[in-house]
Amino acid sequence: MAIKERLSGNEAVAIAMRQINPDVMPAYPITPSTEIPQYFTTFVANGQVDTEFVPVESEHSAMSACIGSEAAGARTITATSSCGLALMWEVLNVAASDRLPICLALVNRALSGPININCDHSDAMGARNTGWIQLFAENNQEAYDNMVQAYRIAEHKDVMLPIMVCQDGFITSHAVENITLLEDELVKNFVGEYEPEHYLLKDGESLHYGPYAVTNYVMEARRAQMQGLRNAKQVTLDVAKEFAALSGREYGLFEEYRLDDADYAMVIIGSAAGTAKDAVDELREKGIKAGILKIRLFRPFPAEEIAEALKNVKYLAIMDRTEDFETNCGPLGSEVKAALYNKNLHPAALNYCYGLGGRDVTVESLTSVFEDLMEVEKTGELGEVYRYLSVRE
Amino acid sequence: MAYNLKETLNKEERLAPGHRMCAGCGATIAVRNVLRGLHEEDEAVITSATSCLEVSSFMYPYTAWKDSFIHNAFENAGATCSGVEAAYNALKRKGKVKGTRKFIAFGGDGGTYDIGFQSLSGAMERNHDMVYVCYDNEAYMNTGIQRSSATPMYADTTTTPVGSVSDGKPQNRKDLAQVIAAHNIFATMSSDEFKRAKK
Repeated sequence: MAIKERLSGNEAVAIAMRQINPDVMPAYPITPSTEIPQYFTTFVANGQVDTEFVPVESEHSAMSACIGSEAAGARTITATSSCGLALMWEVLNVAASDRLPICLALVNRALSGPININCDHSDAMGARNTGWIQLFAENNQEAYDNMVQAYRIAEHKDVMLPIMVCQDGFITSHAVENITLLEDELVKNFVGEYEPEHYLLKDGESLHYGPYAVTNYVMEARRAQMQGLRNAKQVTLDVAKEFAALSGREYGLFEEYRLDDADYAMVIIGSAAGTAKDAVDELREKGIKAGILKIRLFRPFPAEEIAEALKNVKYLAIMDRTEDFETNCGPLGSEVKAALYNKNLHPAALNYCYGLGGRDVTVESLTSVFEDLMEVEKTGELGEVYRYLSVRE
Repeated sequence: MAYNLKETLNKEERLAPGHRMCAGCGATIAVRNVLRGLHEEDEAVITSATSCLEVSSFMYPYTAWKDSFIHNAFENAGATCSGVEAAYNALKRKGKVKGTRKFIAFGGDGGTYDIGFQSLSGAMERNHDMVYVCYDNEAYMNTGIQRSSATPMYADTTTTPVGSVSDGKPQNRKDLAQVIAAHNIFATMSSDEFKRAKK
């Protein structure tokens, strides 16, 4: 029987971690992810898990200890936000290159500066090209479900890469919502035992991590690593299928909401997708064919599938909750447009920077984006292709 | 049990010859002696900070290390070894590792006194069961003799060159052994102290 609960996103993720019962958790406090290790150490203190908690002195050491632990053969987990992820950046790359399926619960928060504790995606987007798998969630239920599925994707023999399970700081991490949990035993069986083939502590053999590689080998190492990340796409779908059989909740690479016959579409990531769905519902009532494509898997980027889903869209808005300082577009904007270009699709596309540092995202503000698309249709002019939403200029 | 150099040196080598360190380099001499301090029946996991030692002893696809080995980055040997040791405790408890393992980390003075200082302090404060060995050659030798906080005053290094208005490094050397001892850990020894202890 599924368990009906009311939980914050952080608590939901911590409960998934308890159910997974990882071997080692090195972690360091940072708002708004701090609650995750707080809840988790309560489980440790009460004997509900038998995890080694390592209270490291920084996020750099958190990820460094994760790398040591995972290489040693232990299923390893951590959590962080914002500057914590930025401090890890150097070793995020090492974790992926070493093919270590570490799981990191990322609670998205703006990078400094100015210092700000609220949600945007600048932390995750800053680490998008470190070789990690990245899953995003719209609400607490998705954050929990993604966490339950994470190790099955990361530890798959065709993947063997670290995974970042992202949710929006405060908006989902601290807001309490209704949620349906799986029984402990079901999660335990679904995730399974971690049985790596080779590891530092394996009895009777020695293993070596982190070589110096001369020019002769680096490209081959990168190519093999890229293949693992590429493979994660199909594995994510396969794991989602198994998860649906278990939970009744279906997941894909992304969610299409009223997109089938849409003339106007919005591509968006995270909690603001829920607000966007309300905007779309209101527009549909007026007979306006609007729809949403909500990204779940950002790395590897499902470019072909996204292009296919958007092939009939005439007017497109791509929403970036980060300022990438590229000056012409955000990361989602550039990648969605590249995906369309490769399939010779050329809808009129506007790219928006929105919701930085927790700036409110409302049904009205997202409706105004669709109105901008209708204005493009009316005038036949794209105007400024990279815009800021709800900004004082 | 008194330390017996002859006995120690008669133990089996745990660092193979043929690595790329310069002939006569003190680092590998130190490593070979430290590794022979292990009980012959024990396995070890070695952590190394980025250094001459690391890039010269583990050059893909060759390795000189008999025991398991991990290099992560320059500044995090302490934290990396912490993770390995935590994994050992977890897996040992679950019966997934049978044998006994020892944990040894190596860093140069740059990787220990400077960039790896915080990571080392954290590992010492948390009291992980490890031996951390700093091979202190008093400057950044891998990159070409730049001053570190282990470099003595007035040393002529490539970033504190002696010149018409410079006498070399203006600052004192950091007393790291005292800093580590202040973590209230079991044993901190510099090689000078080690010599005295043997007498």
